[in-house]
Amino acid sequence: MIQISNLHKSFKKNHVLKGIDLAIDKGGIYAILGPNGSGKTTMIKSILGMIVPNEGQLKVDGEDIAKKYVYRQKLNYLPQIANFPGNIKVSELIRMIIDLREQTADHEPLLDTFGLRPYLDQKLSTLSGGSAQKVNLVLTFMFDNPIYILDEPTTGLDPNALIRFKELLKRERDKGKTILITTHIMPFVEEVADEIIYLLEGRIGFKGSIEALLELHKVEDIEHAIAQMAKNMVDV
Amino acid sequence: MFKILKYSFYDLMRSKWSYFYFLFYLLLGFLLLFLNNDVSKGIITLLNIIVVLVPLIGTIFGIMYFYNAREFTTLLLAQPIRRSHIFLGQFLGVGGSLTLCLVLGLGIPFVVYGLLRSGAIWDFGLLLVVGACLTLIFTALSFNVALRNTNRIKGFGYAVLLWLFLAIVYDGLFLLSLLIFEEYPLDTYALVGSMVNPIDLSRILILLKLDISVLLGYTGAVFKSFFGTSKGLIIALIVLVLWIVIPVRLMIRQGNKKDF
Repeated sequence: MIQISNLHKSFKKNHVLKGIDLAIDKGGIYAILGPNGSGKTTMIKSILGMIVPNEGQLKVDGEDIAKKYVYRQKLNYLPQIANFPGNIKVSELIRMIIDLREQTADHEPLLDTFGLRPYLDQKLSTLSGGSAQKVNLVLTFMFDNPIYILDEPTTGLDPNALIRFKELLKRERDKGKTILITTHIMPFVEEVADEIIYLLEGRIGFKGSIEALLELHKVEDIEHAIAQMAKNMVDV
Repeated sequence: MFKILKYSFYDLMRSKWSYFYFLFYLLLGFLLLFLNNDVSKGIITLLNIIVVLVPLIGTIFGIMYFYNAREFTTLLLAQPIRRSHIFLGQFLGVGGSLTLCLVLGLGIPFVVYGLLRSGAIWDFGLLLVVGACLTLIFTALSFNVALRNTNRIKGFGYAVLLWLFLAIVYDGLFLLSLLIFEEYPLDTYALVGSMVNPIDLSRILILLKLDISVLLGYTGAVFKSFFGTSKGLIIALIVLVLWIVIPVRLMIRQGNKKDF
């Protein structure tokens, strides 16, 4: 579904991605982990075409995505910070995105799931961080597309919303969707992720299942495994 | 693209600044006509205001809109929409709503004062066309500045400097150069010099149409003697359109390369 080969990206002197090679060819939940500044968001945004790579190739469903845009119909993206145009209402934003994507959307049940109905007529600028993130989730999950890309989706969510969100994730996975998630919350990863992709200093440090990761480092939980990986890479 | 245009346009039509701009022109139109009490004279006064003020408003609105719409732009970039359409749509949204404010704001008072019955209707029409061109030119230029500068303060500064240069400094330098090289034949130089600046070009264009030789100045006179009135008008209009097309092309190219 997603093939990345030899992906490089620099921002001025800052070489963020240093040759990423990655193939995601079946459905499931993929947790993209790595320290701050390791290139997680840059990699995700490259898949979305929001960042133009310096070198390398990106394919979605076998199609090279350079300068393309139609492929984004298959992608649902949840941006890191829910930054919306502030002067429109929640309901208007939902309508606008549906109109722009020209896809059928099923947002009604999601509004109930996240308890957003009372906020429909509110301006986006007046929403709290958590509510904005819920709107963000609705916008992402209302389209039935094969690939989901979620950048720190749990930010600001209350425990109740988090439970609902995890249920939603599992439901979509069971439908065979490919879901990429960046996060720093390890218990969340342990609970939902099928595979882990670990980025360190612009390269893929590890890709495989949680069991394989724990096996490799002979530790009990992911947190320690991750810490050890970071240490090992520095030692090398 | 039309959807982006639609949403940008709606967004601006809700902004109080658009109404402020509209009301300003409305007031200006009525005031000028009240003081001059003559449609033709009103147009000449208006010309001097339009060639300086319209570019300034286009610059400021363009740069402010672009920076304020950054979140909206990022949201759009993740959708299955062609990049060039996002920027083109936003550009036309800003340019379109500003042009609408200009046309309605000035149009209403002039129509009330009997524009439709006077012979000045074509002059006035051309003035509005030039105003629309200047709006689009300076909106496009400011979008270019904004795309190249992530830092808002810097971007704003550069855009205003660009306006200042084209509206005021350029004329001074140009005049100075004409004085320094007055011993040489300067016709071609003056001709090119006036085409390079859209504000100068607009002024000449309107004055050619109004046929007021006294106000034409040296460059205008050169323009007239070189091309004649009607040919001069057409050429000036073509160059003005080029002034829109080239910055828009540059904007799209820059937009396609930029990381968000």
